[in-house]
Amino acid sequence: MSTLTRPNVGRKTPRVFYFMVLPALVIFAVFHTVPLLSGIYFSFTNYAGYGEWSFVGLSNYINLFRDDRILNAYGFTFLFAIVSTIAVNVISLAVAIALNGRIKFKTGFRGIFFIPNILSILIVGYVFNYLFSNSVPAIAEALGINALTTSILAGADTAWIGVVILSVWQAAAFNIIIYLAGLQTIGGELYEAASLDGASSWRQFRSITFPLIGAFFTINMVLSLKNFLQVFDQIVSLTAGGPGTSTESISLLIYRGGFEGGEYGYQTANAVIYLIVIIAISFVQLRILQRREASF
Amino acid sequence: MTATAESAAPRTSAPSGPAPKALRRDRAKINWWLTALVAVCSLTVLIPLYLAVVTALKTPDQLGGTGFELPIGARWENFAEAWTTVKFPRALLNTALVTVGAVLLTLLTNSMVAYAIARNLHRKFFKGLYLYFIAALFVPFPIILLSVVKETAILGLDNQLGLILLYTVYGLSFNIFVYVAYIRSIPLELEEAALTDGASTWTIFWRIIFPLLGPMNATVGILTCLWAWNDFLLPLVILSDPAAQTLPLAQFIFQGQFNTNYPVAFASYLLALAPLLLVYLFAQRWVVSGVMRGSTK
Repeated sequence: MSTLTRPNVGRKTPRVFYFMVLPALVIFAVFHTVPLLSGIYFSFTNYAGYGEWSFVGLSNYINLFRDDRILNAYGFTFLFAIVSTIAVNVISLAVAIALNGRIKFKTGFRGIFFIPNILSILIVGYVFNYLFSNSVPAIAEALGINALTTSILAGADTAWIGVVILSVWQAAAFNIIIYLAGLQTIGGELYEAASLDGASSWRQFRSITFPLIGAFFTINMVLSLKNFLQVFDQIVSLTAGGPGTSTESISLLIYRGGFEGGEYGYQTANAVIYLIVIIAISFVQLRILQRREASF
Repeated sequence: MTATAESAAPRTSAPSGPAPKALRRDRAKINWWLTALVAVCSLTVLIPLYLAVVTALKTPDQLGGTGFELPIGARWENFAEAWTTVKFPRALLNTALVTVGAVLLTLLTNSMVAYAIARNLHRKFFKGLYLYFIAALFVPFPIILLSVVKETAILGLDNQLGLILLYTVYGLSFNIFVYVAYIRSIPLELEEAALTDGASTWTIFWRIIFPLLGPMNATVGILTCLWAWNDFLLPLVILSDPAAQTLPLAQFIFQGQFNTNYPVAFASYLLALAPLLLVYLFAQRWVVSGVMRGSTK
């Protein structure tokens, strides 16, 4: 392939290529790497975000593990992210397979299912808030379903379900499109051959569809989990972290503690732990991704 | 990998003439049960939007019940009230400015950086640069959040210009990933021919490569647009002047005032959602196939 020839090998790199990347490198370093390093630096201090500060060694980190609010935020965020990731991938894959089937108005339906991705999740969250607090209880009352007559957002044990529903509603839009792109890479002959051999639909899914879109499945799992672990907007508009602190995510806690609570140093320590957790998870997922890449 | 994108594009843009015989036979095999099932599923997308529309047209005393009842006599004044309460024109202008600025700056700069990297990936410096940018994909935003707010405040970038710059910078990691893969699939012969004709690297990039990046520019442009338009966290922490508020931020700020008046609040939500929804209505096929193309790269 011609893309593999490298006429520049051995020759000096034209200086112009450096001019093309250097400004980007400097600006990226200033707005990404410098804040990252300064965050890590302040995580070893008792800086409140203003005024004087001094080094406190590792005490921020030690206190993090004794802080119920922090532990609660990690517990909620992971419960939410794992449940949402599984739900969104199962639903998206099912819808994508249906959209890829022999149905009418394909493009129209495809367009409708993508709508949630166009909309601001914060604003849609306000609509869902009304739906959960007013509409669902009213419908439940009319139907005599006692369990749903109070808003699920009002219960400390049930509020997270509302956040999952809203998040899945929105994230499914993007995931459906990715799965659809994957499904369209599979030739129809494979299914024709399989049905001639008498393979059931489920068998066809297990033996043809799923293995062939494996790479898309992994990408969706990795991206969904990463996005859900950073959940913020949905919670602001649905529960504001409540009732109590039952739906306070890690991002929301860092924002609140850092900006409003005078815990700049402490919350940056929290953010450093969060960074390590995300990198560890990404690393594990990437190992799986690389294994699959062979078939991509 | 490119096959899906290229075969999907002509299919969606095919003129609707008389269908050939083979196609007509396909249509006869349409699975109507599945179509009905998909239609029912698509209602889950439309129900919240329906709820928003009917609520926005009610008077406060028509609230109550399930909220799905049709309004008795549409009350359009809600929209007028929302328009002035959230200072809608100003918020719309801010959002449009930030989005257009971010999309343009992203397309012009990110593609160029990706080009320089893609054509020099065999060199240590550029390979390292590539990995450096990609590594940032794994850094969660909250860790840089607090420091970057201080930094933009010191640099006087706590405004729309700062937002444009930050979207361009933070999008770089993902966009480079997408662009580099695409640029490496463009044959070198074109550039070599231009080079022997005496064209400079700049000319080659802007005259030959950038136009060839059309499909990828569309994908990157769409994703950047959706992100910048709907983002809430960055405007929330970066902007210091209330006059610079973007649409989502304005909804958040005025939420407290709406608590007693749901119809006006919902009218305001619809106003904020409408611009992008309208654009999407007309560019729907193009947007969806643009996103699909990005995913098969």
